[in-house]
Amino acid sequence: MQRGFIRYDPQKENNVKRVVITGMGVVAPNAVGVADFTTAIKSGQSGIAFLPELEELKFSCQLGGIPPVTPSLLQRYFSDLTLKQLKANGIRFGCIAGIDAWQDAGLAYPVGKEEDPNWEAGCVFGAGMSGMSVIRRGIYTVDEGKVKRLGSSLIQQTMPSGISAYLSGMLGLGNQVSTNASACSTGTEAVILGFERIRSGKAKVMLCGSCDSYGPYVWGGFDSMRVLCRKSNDSPEKASRPMSESAAGFVPGSGAGALVLEDLDHALERGAKIYAEVVGGYINSGGHRQGGTMTAPNPQGIQRCIAGALNDAQIQASEIDAISGHLTSTMGDVLEVQNWSKALDRKGKAFPKINALKSMIGHCLSAAGAIESVAAILQLNQQFLHPSINCEDLHPEIADIIDQDCIPRETSSYPLNIIAKSSFGFGDVNSILLFKRI
Amino acid sequence: MEVQEITEKLKGLIETYVEDKAAFANINAETHLIEDLKINSAHLVDIILDAEEVFDIEIDDESAEKMLTVQAAVDVVAQKLAE
Repeated sequence: MQRGFIRYDPQKENNVKRVVITGMGVVAPNAVGVADFTTAIKSGQSGIAFLPELEELKFSCQLGGIPPVTPSLLQRYFSDLTLKQLKANGIRFGCIAGIDAWQDAGLAYPVGKEEDPNWEAGCVFGAGMSGMSVIRRGIYTVDEGKVKRLGSSLIQQTMPSGISAYLSGMLGLGNQVSTNASACSTGTEAVILGFERIRSGKAKVMLCGSCDSYGPYVWGGFDSMRVLCRKSNDSPEKASRPMSESAAGFVPGSGAGALVLEDLDHALERGAKIYAEVVGGYINSGGHRQGGTMTAPNPQGIQRCIAGALNDAQIQASEIDAISGHLTSTMGDVLEVQNWSKALDRKGKAFPKINALKSMIGHCLSAAGAIESVAAILQLNQQFLHPSINCEDLHPEIADIIDQDCIPRETSSYPLNIIAKSSFGFGDVNSILLFKRI
Repeated sequence: MEVQEITEKLKGLIETYVEDKAAFANINAETHLIEDLKINSAHLVDIILDAEEVFDIEIDDESAEKMLTVQAAVDVVAQKLAE
């Protein structure tokens, strides 16, 4: 066997590695950076704003969540040349979150151009429409008969794997470097894919996460589908209302979340700080059957996904202390709570705590699962629950299933051992992650 | 346009694509864009596009392929300006 390669032998039990989180980064509509984000989610700070551009373009929903990324912040992460060429906002967000997570984990950065890449470190970093503005510019240029003027940077910003390609170059990653895509399930799925790769012994470190962009071209299709909130343009911070009776559609957001997943032994050897353990995860689809469609989930699919994650982690339904829900501020919220209740066979006061980060930052689409995973791990690591804002009028069909007190309305310290993160996406795709305190 | 002015303008737009600022400090007529300045070969396309814009010229493929040193780039631009 060639030196430096890791080989997976399923016959050897000791090849099933434990996986921990050793670094995190986040670019969210209400804060950039883990420290500010922690403060923001503890104070229930909304990142949703009225966007005049959407009003001018006659959007029904004129609200959105855009991370406060300033020019001076960009200069800390990118060279002048990179900034001149890299205009894809989603990729910019992903790079910032990824570099932050890498440095937070205490891993080498920057890496000299002549050095070996880190053959044991890779990334699975998901994306949605991260390069939409660049695609638009490219289409206009081609239509004007100026294809020659597209330049060298269009492809790398518009290919789906643009984000993983950029991160690999910045960090010197030499293991698997891929982008996954499964709509709003993308970020959670990315973490599961990286977790499985380390657990099977094929990598020691995986940078996992996801990113997405913002603006009329990204959000227009959702506006036309009437799935966005059209009733709150004059009160942006009240618009995203997961689990509320007056929830009237989701509010689009954008950003990126990044997590460094690491082989436990590898993390211990180098004395890394450990936020939490990834104990299990499951990915599936409802197959657009039994009520599932392109846009609605098959309840059986979700319940099987929850059961699959429990089985993967070898834990009991009773052990889940809290759920960081997908909870988008649509009718899907009732269905999600129903599915959790059935799959866990827990209801009323016995139901776990449940909250929705989307109440503060909206639905960050492909970035959602990763940003929300960061929030879930912060709660687990610091033993608190962030508030689920804007659900003072709890939906009666949810109140029929779970006790009011299952939903934190204010930040409180709370003992957490296991927290679940769920994400569901267009295409009837599901992913569930289970994090444990360590 | 004087050769010196062309040279200075070209150096300015080449500098954008040089990550190794120490290498750029020693730039002269014979400097090779890829070998000496370590410019990513994909960015040669961008330098040519920038030159077309700055000098308001069109650089055909055959001429573009010659633009590998500072002197060669100046020659191509001077020739196109004269046409």
